[in-house]
Amino acid sequence: MTCKGLLLTATTIGLLLGTQTMADTADKKIALSNNYAGNSWRQAMLESWKRVTDKAVADGAVASADAFTTAENQATEQAAQIQNMILQGYDAIVVNAASPTALNGAIKEACDAGITVVSFDGIVTEPCAWRVKVDFVKMGRDEVEYLAKRLPEGGNLLEIRGLAGVSVDDEIHAGIEEGVKANANFKIVGSVNGDWAQDVAQKAVAGILPSLPEIAAVVTQGGDGYGAAQAFAAAGRPTPIIIMGNRQDELKWWGEQRDANQYETMSTSIAPGVSTLAFWVAQQILDGQDVPKELTVPFLSVTQDTLDQALKDTPEGGVTNVDYSQDDAKKVIAGSK
Amino acid sequence: MRSVSPRLVLPVLSLTVLIAAVFWLQPRAMSYVGINLLFNLAVPIALATVAQMIIIMVNDIDLSMGAFVSLIACITAAILPTDPALGIAMLVGCVLVYAALGALIEIRQLPAIVVTLGMSFVWSGAAVLILPSPGGTAPVWLTAIMKAKPPFVPVAIIASVLIATVAHLIVMRSSFGVKLRALGGNARAVSRSGRSTVLLRASAYGLAGIFAMLAGMALVGLTTSGDANIALRYTLLSIAGVILGGGEFTGGRVSPVGAVIGALTLTLAGSFLSFLRLSPDWQIGAQGAILILVLAARLVVRQAEKRS
Repeated sequence: MTCKGLLLTATTIGLLLGTQTMADTADKKIALSNNYAGNSWRQAMLESWKRVTDKAVADGAVASADAFTTAENQATEQAAQIQNMILQGYDAIVVNAASPTALNGAIKEACDAGITVVSFDGIVTEPCAWRVKVDFVKMGRDEVEYLAKRLPEGGNLLEIRGLAGVSVDDEIHAGIEEGVKANANFKIVGSVNGDWAQDVAQKAVAGILPSLPEIAAVVTQGGDGYGAAQAFAAAGRPTPIIIMGNRQDELKWWGEQRDANQYETMSTSIAPGVSTLAFWVAQQILDGQDVPKELTVPFLSVTQDTLDQALKDTPEGGVTNVDYSQDDAKKVIAGSK
Repeated sequence: MRSVSPRLVLPVLSLTVLIAAVFWLQPRAMSYVGINLLFNLAVPIALATVAQMIIIMVNDIDLSMGAFVSLIACITAAILPTDPALGIAMLVGCVLVYAALGALIEIRQLPAIVVTLGMSFVWSGAAVLILPSPGGTAPVWLTAIMKAKPPFVPVAIIASVLIATVAHLIVMRSSFGVKLRALGGNARAVSRSGRSTVLLRASAYGLAGIFAMLAGMALVGLTTSGDANIALRYTLLSIAGVILGGGEFTGGRVSPVGAVIGALTLTLAGSFLSFLRLSPDWQIGAQGAILILVLAARLVVRQAEKRS
């Protein structure tokens, strides 16, 4: 465990990987069905999966845990992939789905064949599957609450949203609106779509900045904070508090600003290692534990105190990550009951 | 008829080889449930491939197939169960628009590739309007058909044989099919013989629209729910299926049975690579390699035929 410091800041306090072997699931085979591997977040997710499951197999917790990624990010292809997994005789399938609904038919086939299905990140609506969900509404609310602590007198906010039409964007936005409603001295004076990409965010913020009054803080969705900072610098305006999203470039910029002028902010996002949490949840279900169908994943936050540790642990161009352990999974399960 | 059977030899051979390889890799697949799981997602692809084949038959190519099937899927999942009358009207409307596109292409002599590419954005937009976020439910009767468990033969196989038979009867055995193939082979000759090429092309597109509509409905029957991006991959899959099944881009030379076999082969190739545990980074390349291999084999066969 290289990121113990970070683990402490996650809502659950991580313990070292459980070393006790689970005799009941030692002969079980778990498969990961993944729809996409084309960005740093997904790469980190697959690496976490490999790191944790390799150890779990070596420890005898499960017999095997193979990862499969579809070549194209298409629901029909992933449905076929899941049906192949049924034929391959896996006991559990952990899935990051291309579509919340389009895989339902294949997932139902798997359930009917007696296979445990756990979805995470890209969750599925089929009732027979477990869902490891992220409370994105809370993430938006938390951002405003942090700002309320930092800026008791309130101020103008600029909101950077994600990709239009994606449910994650709607949920974070709803959370931010809730937060602003609860803290009436904040006002959203502008809103742009940054598409979770630094270059898009920079262009969008640069475009709207001339029309805006003084901005006290920028609320973001992750992957857009560094671009926003660049846009403010280019316009020659004072740097507001920009909420970051755990990307390495964002943390690096934050570190530089902190060293130069005591800049303070916070950073929050969902850790790619959530795949390993889903893995342990599947293992717990196979072990016969009573697990609720809906589980909520803790966020991974970086604060002023943990910034140095996070910078050290996050690879160039990557995302801050954490591997979950069996005990983390047990805690999340117990917390959701 | 003599031209049909050699055209089919290679597709049948490639499918047989793949089936044997899959059964060898995964003996569990050699069962009623296994065969159904291997082939049930091939049913909508087979329908879309037959639709694409009809377009290719009249010397055009349809780049909107995936978007159109997605739109049909959205209508089937979002509107058909709650308001059957409106749903049926919309489905019929979509097919009529397809036929109108065929007429437009013929009257204005537009390149089909441009018209269909443009329409793909229209279909996609309409699909998002109807189903802004993934959801909806398949009509109960549709799921019942697609998930039926008839005795002895899995529904995926019955459906494939049925699609191939119906398409074969329409395209190869009916006088309507002969006219359509003639339109692709030599449109001027058809026009000089006094037939309306506008009407023929419109009916070809209408027929393709009907098959594409069935593809969208079959897909929703399997997935039980809709998504505006559900079938985008079908555009290229359907074209590859036609070519794999012995069809050619030069009009009039197609094989409906081959097209269905091509669709099954493509689906099975994916499963085969997955059972091989090939790294995903290589899978897409391997899929392409299988395609090139089959097409290269076809060239070799044809060269040999010419020489003899």
